[in-house]
Amino acid sequence: MIRFKLNGKRRSYDGPLFKRLLDVLREDLGLTGTKEGCSEGECGACTVLLDGEPVNSCLVPVGQVHGRSVETIEAMGTPAKPHPLQKAFLLRGGTQCGICTPGMLLCAWSYIRKGGRKDPEAIREYLAGNLCRCTGYQHIVDVILGFCKR
Amino acid sequence: MRGRADSVEFLSPSRVEDALDLYSRNPHALPLAGGTDLLVAWNAGLLNGKTVLDLSRLPWTRVEAAGKGLRIGSLATHTQLRRHAVILKRYPLLAAACGTVGSVQIQNRGTLGGSIANASPAGDVFPALAVYEAVVRTASARGYRELPFLEVFAGVKKTSLSDAELIESISLPPLRRPTRQLWRKVGTRAAQAISRVTAAGLLWLGPGRKVLEFRFALGSMAPTVVRLHKVEAFIQGKPLTERNIEEAVGLLDDDVSPIDDFRATREYRLWVSKNILRSLLR
Repeated sequence: MIRFKLNGKRRSYDGPLFKRLLDVLREDLGLTGTKEGCSEGECGACTVLLDGEPVNSCLVPVGQVHGRSVETIEAMGTPAKPHPLQKAFLLRGGTQCGICTPGMLLCAWSYIRKGGRKDPEAIREYLAGNLCRCTGYQHIVDVILGFCKR
Repeated sequence: MRGRADSVEFLSPSRVEDALDLYSRNPHALPLAGGTDLLVAWNAGLLNGKTVLDLSRLPWTRVEAAGKGLRIGSLATHTQLRRHAVILKRYPLLAAACGTVGSVQIQNRGTLGGSIANASPAGDVFPALAVYEAVVRTASARGYRELPFLEVFAGVKKTSLSDAELIESISLPPLRRPTRQLWRKVGTRAAQAISRVTAAGLLWLGPGRKVLEFRFALGSMAPTVVRLHKVEAFIQGKPLTERNIEEAVGLLDDDVSPIDDFRATREYRLWVSKNILRSLLR
């Protein structure tokens, strides 16, 4: 059995330790906000934050999160009470079909929380592991710029 | 077909002695560090029924001074290395290379030891480690041993490590400040691209632009990373005249015979790598 912190709450898991974090979140814990895209660490749709840093949850066996902290898109906001960043994505064309959005938002959130610079190039580099085939990225970068402090 | 998690035996020791003992008793186990290569194979359904030896609880994550050089624990991540103050200052080619591996997500998980053990011909960090003349220290139940970085590789995705041997750390020897240095990755885009050519070079010049020492390595060209020993030996002690540079560049073909694959042709790789070599020497 392993224990970890999920969205601020203590959780335990008692299944196969080589099950992917992605599948444990979606199947065992019912958190379906995390999406599966490519299954090879290219697209970033399955991004979650592990100890505050973005990782591809399709490449993390759950046995490796013992004692660590995991944040998923469910930690950010709800449809009734979205996080300001989620609201801005909706209002300003940062999301269209939505498959990349949870991963994109978590990456953006981690960038902002770490005090990322107000620099489009730095934002693009940070988000380079999150593919979006709808928006062309410009709206996403514009939204994030508005949340950077310096 | 997807991997079936319940078909895998997952061993997760937290003490080094236990890890080495478990590995010696399960020599066919697959060592797992950050999982950025292993889990891709798993997701393709290739690893059902295997035993996995999880290394992530071992204390091999530190980067610390070792004499006048630096010792990097094999489980240090690319993120850790690209941000490390001493690496940025004294071994900047390694920091730069780590910053071009995959994406932020991959850099947060992928480890230096895992990258070496995976032995991809396109390993982005290898040319830098080759010119820094890194030394790899391994651990097994039989004891520890050190080997020069280039001797770790035996072919495409093959290492010379023996059964039940793990990479413990990678040491970078002390280095006097080079006159010029270069790191270059040529791929289709900045992130997530598997490189077509990677290059790292260190050049020390004396009075009259005379070459005191030159080290140059190329990745993604051949089954393993290559140091250009003929080019290096030719230019050593000579002034950097246009004629000497062109003669050195001409020797590149003797040092490396590039592969021809769907990412780039042999001719393209030769053309690009010669231009990179030229740009450092000129």
